[in-house]
Amino acid sequence: MDVKLVNPFINATINVLETMAFVTVIAGKPYVKKDNVAVGDVSGVLGLTGVANGTISVTFEEKCILTIVSNMFGEEMKELNNEITDAVGELTNMISGQARRELEEVGKHFRAAIPSVITGRDHSIIHYTDGPKIAIPFNTDNGDFTIEVCFER
Amino acid sequence: MDTSIKILIVDDFATMRRILKNILKQLGFKNLVEADDGTTAWEVLEGQSIDLIISDWNMPKMTGLELLKKVRETDSLKGVPFLMVTAEAQKQNVIEAVQAGVSNYVVKPFTAEAISDKLEKILK
Repeated sequence: MDVKLVNPFINATINVLETMAFVTVIAGKPYVKKDNVAVGDVSGVLGLTGVANGTISVTFEEKCILTIVSNMFGEEMKELNNEITDAVGELTNMISGQARRELEEVGKHFRAAIPSVITGRDHSIIHYTDGPKIAIPFNTDNGDFTIEVCFER
Repeated sequence: MDTSIKILIVDDFATMRRILKNILKQLGFKNLVEADDGTTAWEVLEGQSIDLIISDWNMPKMTGLELLKKVRETDSLKGVPFLMVTAEAQKQNVIEAVQAGVSNYVVKPFTAEAISDKLEKILK
């Protein structure tokens, strides 16, 4: 997998969350994830096609996403519900859009599908291709989240 | 800006409609109508007078671009300002929207100031 495909998703994640939710985000060290178990409670998953085919996912711990959506709405959110899953879908969409813009600037064109959202402790994330799953952990003052980027070999 | 105008917000994500509503209310706009896709938006436009449309691009059933084209092809609606708010900002998308007659364009993620600036330009 071309590692240059990963950085735009890191940049986009930081920018989207800082702009829309006023959250300071610190990226950790990327690693190759071996299993399909999500590192958190709710995930947005989105398919990409273009110069390579693949998927990205964004998985939030409950406390983290409640804080993020509370900031986005200007209102305290107390539980994972349909409003939270809708917000995770839209955040995934925005991260994909911004990353695709950065990739387009270096001649790599992608189209995105409509995101799906999965919830529940230890839920699985199934990537559509068999390439390596690059996971990037992120830390905020109110919990962690992880993005996964997986493109075909 | 005339804050008494009626604004139609079109987005398939309730989250984005809520964020836009919050920003518009902060700017003083109170007359707000929502639709969750282009088809529903068209039904709203057929049933009531709308002064400004703020629409997402990527939606099921009818996209924002299709809605824009339909609005511009309709005599009674073609003068209604149309602000596209979208994650789709590839050059080709922008060109298509401009050719279809979009009034202005905001890229997600956005700040409240970005929305305010675009509205001032459209409504001045």
